[in-house]
This record gives sequence, structure tokens and C-alpha cells, in this order.
Amino acid sequence: MIELSGVTKIYQMGGTEVRALGGVDLFIDKGEMTAIMGPSGSGKSTLLAILGCLDVPTSGAYSLDGINVEKMTDDQLARVRSEKIGFVFQQFNLLARTTALENVMLPLIYAGVGGRERRRRAQAALDMVGLSDRMHHRPNELSGGQQQRVAIARALANEPAILLADEPTGALDSKTGTEIIELFQQLHRDIGQTVIYVTHDPFIARHTQRIVRLADGLVAGDDPVAHPLAAGAKREDEIVTS
Amino acid sequence: MNIGESFRIALRALAANKLRAALTMLGIIIGVGSVVALMAIGNGATASITSQVQGIGSNLLTVMPGRLQRGPGAEADAAAYLYYSDYEVLARQLDNAEHMAPMFQSRLQATHDRESIGVGVVATLPAYLPARALELEHGRFFSESESGSQARVAVLGAQTATDLFGPRDPLGRAIKLDGVPFKVVGVLAARGSAGFTNDDEVVLVPLETGYAKLFGAAASLNGRRRVTGILISASSPEAVDGVMEDTRHLLRRARGLKPSAEADFTVLSQAQILDTLGAITTTLTIFLGAIAGISLLVGGIGIMNIMLVSVTERTKEVGLRKAVGAPRRAILAQFLVETLALSLTGGLLGIALGVLIAAGVTAAGLIAARVTLDSMALAFGFSAVVGLFFGLYPAWRASRLRPIDALRYE
Repeated sequence: MIELSGVTKIYQMGGTEVRALGGVDLFIDKGEMTAIMGPSGSGKSTLLAILGCLDVPTSGAYSLDGINVEKMTDDQLARVRSEKIGFVFQQFNLLARTTALENVMLPLIYAGVGGRERRRRAQAALDMVGLSDRMHHRPNELSGGQQQRVAIARALANEPAILLADEPTGALDSKTGTEIIELFQQLHRDIGQTVIYVTHDPFIARHTQRIVRLADGLVAGDDPVAHPLAAGAKREDEIVTS
Repeated sequence: MNIGESFRIALRALAANKLRAALTMLGIIIGVGSVVALMAIGNGATASITSQVQGIGSNLLTVMPGRLQRGPGAEADAAAYLYYSDYEVLARQLDNAEHMAPMFQSRLQATHDRESIGVGVVATLPAYLPARALELEHGRFFSESESGSQARVAVLGAQTATDLFGPRDPLGRAIKLDGVPFKVVGVLAARGSAGFTNDDEVVLVPLETGYAKLFGAAASLNGRRRVTGILISASSPEAVDGVMEDTRHLLRRARGLKPSAEADFTVLSQAQILDTLGAITTTLTIFLGAIAGISLLVGGIGIMNIMLVSVTERTKEVGLRKAVGAPRRAILAQFLVETLALSLTGGLLGIALGVLIAAGVTAAGLIAARVTLDSMALAFGFSAVVGLFFGLYPAWRASRLRPIDALRYE
């Protein structure tokens, strides 16, 4: 499904080179639910950008669902994003003054899905996240948790191969965050959705099956989670994480 | 992703910022409006001058002394004069001339009681009236015999009659031209200004009277009587060119010009006068249009400014759209359609404004402004080009944003 080999990313920052990724090898299979962890500056945002085809590696190879994307042009990457990837952001990134339904339809517009089919699929996605009764509400009429659900519905609308979430609970209170994690787990369990999410919170990470740790642009650890937490588990349950 | 979607997205973005959209459009509205209005006024002026010149009679030829030159130094040769003998040659030998009148024109002081005005006095023959297609409002014109007997009778232009007599009837009354008493026998019907001459501000007197009593030495040279012009009306519009050719030929021979010498006189037809006036008014219209075009350009720069702000403001939105799969051309189309919608709507409203201004100018009686389809198409097309041109750069900038940077933009 996802295969990174020797991926590096070097940025030019005012004349100096910043090596954000220093040769990452990573394989994630279809249907896995994986957390990517690491302190800030560890390269996890860069890795997420490359995994999400928002950026291309400086060197190395990246194969997504059997497609080599490392040499693609901007428009080819846009197409891969459209067909393979669903993003969920910390700040939701919904379009203001636009209803939930229209927000969810957005990726379908760019995927070239026609009017009626577009609406049907957007409604189905909203149904899946439990918001079929809020379809015509605008973001400012929805709670944070509801907004994130709309964002997840938007990510799911085009049936992506992978769901990429960047600190999806970062802007939510713990109760709402739990509900969002529960939704991810449910999607993973019920429709076998491949989920990758990036977090710095070990507690959140332990709700997945596998934790990849980054440090200084390299993979520092890659371990299965022996007993993934069910959503709603108490933080006090967390004993020793590392 | 088709153009319809681009339109919906763009219109929604504009609707979200109605006040800003309206203010942005204002530049284009004023630009297009002034192009349409000024060109309508220019066209109206052209049309009114043209119709007045045509009213003089399209068969009319005018012979003038000297060469008519264009450009700087266009003064006619001071040494070139036309003489009464030239008129006599033409009167004897020219075919297809229906009416012919020599004239000597000078500016004199006309007085009646305490009213005193400077006015062009034309000494001529009775053929002047039909040659210029003038009509009398009151009274009569002077006759050949009155010219022969140097009678001091005068016919007044409509405006001159009003200036001197006010509402009173001038017929039978006395006026003085440079102190010489004349009796008013007729008043011309009003016709309005006609380019070079104004038939409403004139005093017509018999030719011989003029030579003998008014102009004195100024009207003769070495004992030969000068004329300032000869009017010839051809028998039909088709005959104009032939009459013009014959006139040139006869005059060259009478004046003893060598074939290689340039003519020291000018024969002008109404068509040529129209052409000349047309060139002047066209230049005027273009000039007005150019000024208006500048405001359209400024409006376009306003649009670009706002669109650049709008792109910056919506960087995050662009990032998101790209993240969910929008290709570059979709972003380009979105912003381009937005600018085009602004400039084209502005263009339509501007045309409405221009038509309104033109109607206002007409209603105020200043000039009969004429809105043409041409000027509307030009202004609208120009506003579309302005929109496209000034929208392209912001749209291109938006489409070039890297999604990863755009998403992080705060």
C-alpha cells in the first residue's frame, strides 16, 4: 500500500540546507491503523506532506497503492490526492459560509463526479459520520466536534485509499477528541479504512495498532501496539508508554 | 470540473464579499460609463455638424483664393486673390452651374439705435440665396437691379435681426453699417451654425453697393475688383465633380497659370468640407475616448489590486482546494472567472451608466448625444480584456501556491 524507501527531504532556508528527512524506509499495509509520533522538528510534518502527496521527496522512492509518485508534476499529484487521499486537519479547514454538504462535495467536484452522484455520495459520507441531520448547516453553526466530523466526511467522500489525519483531536476537548478517535476506529473496523495519523500525544497514539516514532528525520522506532486502547479509555490507564 | 463549476464557485466568493465586489466594480463602471458617454457625445456632435453642413446643399462648390493647406502654416497665400473677372469667366463659360454668386465678405460694425454689433457683411448677388439653399423668413431679397443701382438695402440673418432689433420687426427700418445707412428689406430663416459659416449672423447687401459704399479700397487691387469667394451650385449631385473640374480648368486658363504651376485658388465641395469636419470630430471623439480609456485602465488596476488581496486572504482556502485534489487550472479558472465576472458585470452596469449620462446630456439640451452599438461593444470588450489581463496575474499566483505552504499560511 505505502512503501517509502530511502526518502529524504532537504529544504533551502535562507541559504542553509535543512535536512527534514534523512532517509526514511517505511511500509504500511492496506487496512492498517498507524500513528506517526515525534517531537516537533522530528520531521513528522514533512513525512505527512510526502505521504499525502502534498510534496515530493528530494530523493528516494515512494509508491502509493502501486503508483510511483516521487517524480510527479503538481497536477499529477493533485490527481493522486483526489483519488487516493483523504485529509483531516487539526483546524478542520472547512470553507466558511459553505454548508456541510457543500464542503463534503468539494473533493468530488475536482474528481469530476457529476451533480446527482456527487450529492448522493456526500450525503452518504455525512451519514457515515453521523451528521445527516446537519447537512445544511454552515461551519459557524456547528460545534468543533461536528466540524471535524464534516472534515472527516469530506476526506471519506471520494473513498480514498488512505485517510491522513494531522493532530485531528488537537483543537478539541478530550471528550470530543475521544469521539473523533472512536469514529476513526469505527471506520477502520467497519470498512477497513487505512488510517494514518500524526500526533505528538502518546495517549492518542495508543489507540492505533502501530506506532512509528520519528527523531531527527529518521525512523527511531516502529512497534505494534500490543493492546490498542478502545476509545473512551481513561488517561489514568496509561502506565508506561515507551 | 467544468466551467459551470468555476462560475458557481466564483460567484459564491463574490457574494460573500458584496461591498468589496461592488466597490471593485465601481472603477470599471465609471470607466466603461465614461467611454460610452463621451463617445456618444462625440458622435452626437459629429452628427449635428454633418447634418448642418448637408443642409447647405450638397451640390454647392466654393471657390476660395489661395491654397488650402493642412497642418502648420495653413494660412492661404496672402498674395493670391480672386477677382470679379474670374466670376465673369465662370458665368460665361461654365456648364451645369445652376446658380452662381460672387461675394465679398468683411467684418463691419452694424448699428441700430444704441445696439451695435460686429457682424460679417457679405456683398453678393441674388443667386446667393438659392446657391446656399437659404430661405427668407420675412420680406424679400434684393434684386439684380438694386445691385446695379447700388441701392442701400440689406437682408439680415435671423440672429443678427434679433441682436439689433430684439422682438421688433426690422422690415423697413434703417441700420448703419460702419456708419453707412441701409434699409432692411428681408430677414433670413434661422438655420444654425454650419461649420465654417454661420448663416444666422450675417448681413447681406447687393454686390455693387458693397463695392461702392462699404469696402472701398480694400475691395480692389490695381483697379480690379476682388471677391473673397465664388459660390457655385451644380445642377445635380452627379454634376458636382464635373463642374469642379471645369471650374479649375477655366480659372487656371483665365489666370494664366502654367500647367506645372500649382493653383493659387481652391475649389471645395461640401463633401470635402464634410470630410475635413469629419476628421476633426473623429479626432475629438478618439481623444475623449482615450481619456475615458485611462479611467478604465485605472479601474482594471483596482481589480488586480483587490484580486491580489483576495488571493492572499484566501491562501488557506487555495491550499485546501489543492489538498483535496484541485489541479492548477481549476484554481486559475476560479480566480479568473471571479475577475471576469467583476469586470463584465461592471461593464454592463457601466454601459447602463453611459446611456443614462448620454440621455441626461440630451435631455439637458446640451447636445444630442448618440449612443452607438460600436462604443458599447468597444467598452464592453475592453472591460473584458481589462478583467482578463489584470485577473490573470492574481489567478496565476493563486494557482502556483504550493499546497503545503498554503495550508500552513495564517
